[in-house]
Amino acid sequence: MSAASEASAAAAQAAAVEAEKDPIHLRIRDLRKSYGEHEILKGVTFDVLRGLNNVIIGASGSGKTVMVRQLIRLEKPNAGQIIVDGQDITSLSDVDLVPARRKFGMVFQMSALFDSMDVYDNVAFLLREHTKLRERDIREKVMARLKALGVEHAAHKMPAELSGGMKKRVAVARALALEPKILIYDEPTTGLDPITSRTVDDLIEQTRETYGVTSVIISHDMASVFRVGHHITYLYKGSIEASGTPEEFLASDSVRVAEFLEASGVSKDLMREGRA
Amino acid sequence: MAEVAPQPVKAPSTDAPIAAPPSGDAPIAEPRSGFFPPWLVTIGRAVVSIPLRFFSEIGMLAGLLGQALFWGIRPPYRFSLLLAALEFVGVQSLFIVGLTGLFIGMVFGIQLVDGFRQFGAENQAGPVVGMALTRELAPVFAALMVSARAGSAMSTELGSMRVTDQIDALTTMAVNPIQYLVVPRIIAGAVMVPLLTMLFNLIGIFGAWLVCVQILGLDPGVFVENVKWIVDAKDVTQGLIKAFVFGFTVTLIACRHGFYAKGGAAGVGQATTSAVVQSAVAILVLDYLITSIITGQGGL
Repeated sequence: MSAASEASAAAAQAAAVEAEKDPIHLRIRDLRKSYGEHEILKGVTFDVLRGLNNVIIGASGSGKTVMVRQLIRLEKPNAGQIIVDGQDITSLSDVDLVPARRKFGMVFQMSALFDSMDVYDNVAFLLREHTKLRERDIREKVMARLKALGVEHAAHKMPAELSGGMKKRVAVARALALEPKILIYDEPTTGLDPITSRTVDDLIEQTRETYGVTSVIISHDMASVFRVGHHITYLYKGSIEASGTPEEFLASDSVRVAEFLEASGVSKDLMREGRA
Repeated sequence: MAEVAPQPVKAPSTDAPIAAPPSGDAPIAEPRSGFFPPWLVTIGRAVVSIPLRFFSEIGMLAGLLGQALFWGIRPPYRFSLLLAALEFVGVQSLFIVGLTGLFIGMVFGIQLVDGFRQFGAENQAGPVVGMALTRELAPVFAALMVSARAGSAMSTELGSMRVTDQIDALTTMAVNPIQYLVVPRIIAGAVMVPLLTMLFNLIGIFGAWLVCVQILGLDPGVFVENVKWIVDAKDVTQGLIKAFVFGFTVTLIACRHGFYAKGGAAGVGQATTSAVVQSAVAILVLDYLITSIITGQGGL
C-alpha cells in the first residue's frame, strides 16, 4: 500500500471514529417528497440519536412510510438532505449507495422474508452476497444469530410455516446479519396480538442493547411506542409537529399531540407506566 | 422539549395512497371539459390514451432494458442464478415445446398432403413443412410456449415479490434487484428460446415424416431428399434470429410486468395477464418486422 493510500485509509478511519462520537447518527434536513402535485413530506427536519430507540409516530397517511423509504433511499427525495455519519446520501447514485446501504438494516411491516428460501438461507443471504466467508463460517454465524433470537429450531422451515412473531424474529436476524449500525423497523407490531406485540417490543430493546444499534421505529401503536421509545418524533401531515423524550412528549402543550394521544385510547398514566 | 412550529399547509390533505413504482398506466390529466360536450371529452380521452399508453409502455421496457444492460455487465456475476434461470426457461419447457412441435408437424403434414394431392404435388409436403417450421412456426410457437409457461411464472413470481416488499428488501440489503432478478431471466430467455426452436424444428419435421410417410404412404427417400434439397441453413438462421429476439422480448416483458406490479393479489394477476397478452402480440408483430427486414419484402 502506498503512503498516500495509507494516509487516506487512516484519515477515513479517524473520520469514522470521530463520527461514532457524534450523538446524532442521522440528520434529516428539510426533506421533501411529492408524487405528482401531491406533496407528502413538506420539509421534514429532525435528528436520529445514536444508540437509542427513535420512534416516529403519526396517523395513517401522515407520511411515515414515505419518510422511511427516503431514509434508506428506496426512493429519491425531491429536496433536502439525509446525512449518515457525516455523509449526505440523497445525491448518491445507485452504485455509490451500495456501501451506504450496508450501514442500514430494515425490518419490514410484513417481514418480507424471501419465500423461496428457508429461514437459514434468508439469514445467510447477506453473508453470501457481501462477504467471502466459507460456508462453514456462515453456518456458525447464522446459527448463532438464530439462537440469540430464539428461532434456531426453525432454521429449515419455510417462511410460510412461521407465525407472525417468529417471522419478525427471523427478519431481525436477517437484518442484523452484516451488523448494521442503524436498524429500521416499519410498523413492527401492526397486525400482531398484544402478547406478540410485547414480545416484539422486548426484541427491539434487547437487539439495541445487545448489538448497540441505533433503532428507528415507525409506529402508531402508542402502547408500544412508550414501552420502547427513547426519543419520539410526531409527524403530522408531512411536517414534524413535535419531537422529544417520551416525558417531554406527554407534557407537550401542542393541541395536535394532545388529540393524537387522546385518540390512541391509551391513557397518559398507562403510557407513563409503560415507561416505568 | 424541542417543538417544531407547524408549517403552512401546501396541499389539501396527505391522506393519499403512497405512490407505487412507475407504471405504464398512469392516469391522464383531466381535460377541461367546459367547451366540449362530456361524451366528446370521454371519447377524445379514450382515443388519446391509446398512443400515450403505448409509448409509455415502450418507455418502461426501454428503461428496464437500459438498467438490465447497465447492471448486467457489472460484477458480481451470479452464475448459479443464471443456471437456475436457464434450467427454468429451457429444461422445464422441453416437454411442452416438444409436444407442440410434434403435433404442429403432424397436422401440417396432413393438411399439405391433402392440399397438394389435388394437383399431384404431395411430395412437396415435406420441404414446405420444413421451410415453414424453420422460418416461422418453430420460433413463433416455441416463444409462445415459453411465454405461456415461463413468462407467466416469472411475472407472477416477481409481482408477488414486489407486493410483499421482497424486492424492496433486496434493495435495502444493497443487492440491486434488477441485477439479481431481471438480468439472469432475460439472458436465459435469449439463450434458451433458440435452443428450444432447434428442438421444435427436429421434432416438427419428424412429426410430418411420421404422418406423410408412415400413415399417408409418401416415399420416405423422396420426403427426406426434398427436405434436404429445399430447406437450407439460411432458413434455419432466419428462425434462430427470430427466436433470439422473441426469447429476449418475452422475458423482458414478463419481468417488466412482474417487477412493477402493484395492488396486491389482484395486481399480480393483472400483471401476469398483461405479460402473456403483450408477449403474444409482440411476438407476432416482431415476426412480421423481422421477416420483412430479412427477406427485403413486406414494406421494410
